Amino acid sequence: MALFSKQNKEVFTNPLNLDNPILIQVLGICSALAVTSQLKPAIVMGLAVTIITAFSNVIISIIRNTIPNRIRIVVQLVVVAALVTIVSQILKAFAYDVSVQLSVYVGLIITNCILMGRLEAFAMMNKPWPSFLDGVGNGLGYAMILVIVGALREFFGRGSLMGFQILPQSFYDFGYVNNGMMTMPAMALILVGVVIWVHRAYFYKEK
Amino acid sequence: MEHAISLLFRSIFVDNMIFAFFLGMCSYLAVSKTVKTSLGLGLAVTFVLTVTVPVNYLLQTKVLGPDCLVPGVDLSYLSFILFIAVIAGMVQLVEMTVEKYSPSLYAALGIFLPLIAVNCAIMGASLFMQQRILLEPTNSQAITSIWDAVVYGFGSGIGWTLAIVAMGAIREKMQYSDVPRPLQGLGIVFITVGLMAMAMMCFSGLNI
Repeated sequence: MALFSKQNKEVFTNPLNLDNPILIQVLGICSALAVTSQLKPAIVMGLAVTIITAFSNVIISIIRNTIPNRIRIVVQLVVVAALVTIVSQILKAFAYDVSVQLSVYVGLIITNCILMGRLEAFAMMNKPWPSFLDGVGNGLGYAMILVIVGALREFFGRGSLMGFQILPQSFYDFGYVNNGMMTMPAMALILVGVVIWVHRAYFYKEK
Repeated sequence: MEHAISLLFRSIFVDNMIFAFFLGMCSYLAVSKTVKTSLGLGLAVTFVLTVTVPVNYLLQTKVLGPDCLVPGVDLSYLSFILFIAVIAGMVQLVEMTVEKYSPSLYAALGIFLPLIAVNCAIMGASLFMQQRILLEPTNSQAITSIWDAVVYGFGSGIGWTLAIVAMGAIREKMQYSDVPRPLQGLGIVFITVGLMAMAMMCFSGLNI
């Protein structure tokens, strides 16, 4: 099979839009909402999940024929937990402030449903290379939503992006006020709801 | 005692797993279609939380923490793997016990029982507990003894149950409402949870 056959390309691009893990498959919502109050942790979280999904998919796909069916969940959990531990230690070493901001949500990648969902649905049945593409695609689809929601919340909630002030002071002098509600947990839910609404209105075809 | 009561109420209303931390969202959205299944899953989650948080507390303070097993060695980087192993094992145990002694409850819960192992709320409570051990004992969120851990696990579970049962009731009623087509299903559920979370925000700052 060619490395970038049509089939493989679909495996990669589908999760970005039509089969998006958050919007359509409804996986991995927990962490998606919690880390998006600013853009930077959202990007870091998206990358971390992409890396972990890709590599756990590859590992499980390589050993898929040797795993006894009854204990496969435990095996998957251990592989994922090991990868998450590595990523968490790397974050602590090289990006300590982001790691503090993400707090428990790095550890919670273990129980992120995207990982278990992809491992069960794809990696257990496919060769390593398509599994890798599937992992990267799903991770990026997840990261995309995180970045959209994170950017909206930070822009309206703080007037900044990535920590840099975007709105000039003159706006505030005219009486513009940051919407503090945007930084609250409740707005994350409502924003994701609206993103789903827009996405379905454009792409979702009734079967 | 006062500390335990405060911890209980704070973990139910202020630090609610769903509304403040979005934990256990996946099964929350998938199962909250009716009140009956919501209540069953909520009680199962409460039970597993009440058991796993104290067990992981002992693990963290007696085995993994700094200077526990070997002086000068901090094993807490192993906590992810060990916590998830405890949770998976505990869920398996609960599943077997329920199957043996109450087949009717087992049939009612069905697939949700094993899925509790990958419920973020369970793992999340253990990880929050790990953070809260380090807090000052005067802090109302601190977990300083095994009883605090039991109370915290139980309170988090009750808070989660409250959230999912309320959602189940709202969704039962919502079936009769006229929702715009693209918003149907997931979209409107998210917005409803958002509004509920806003309402729950009025408890913040609650102190006993």
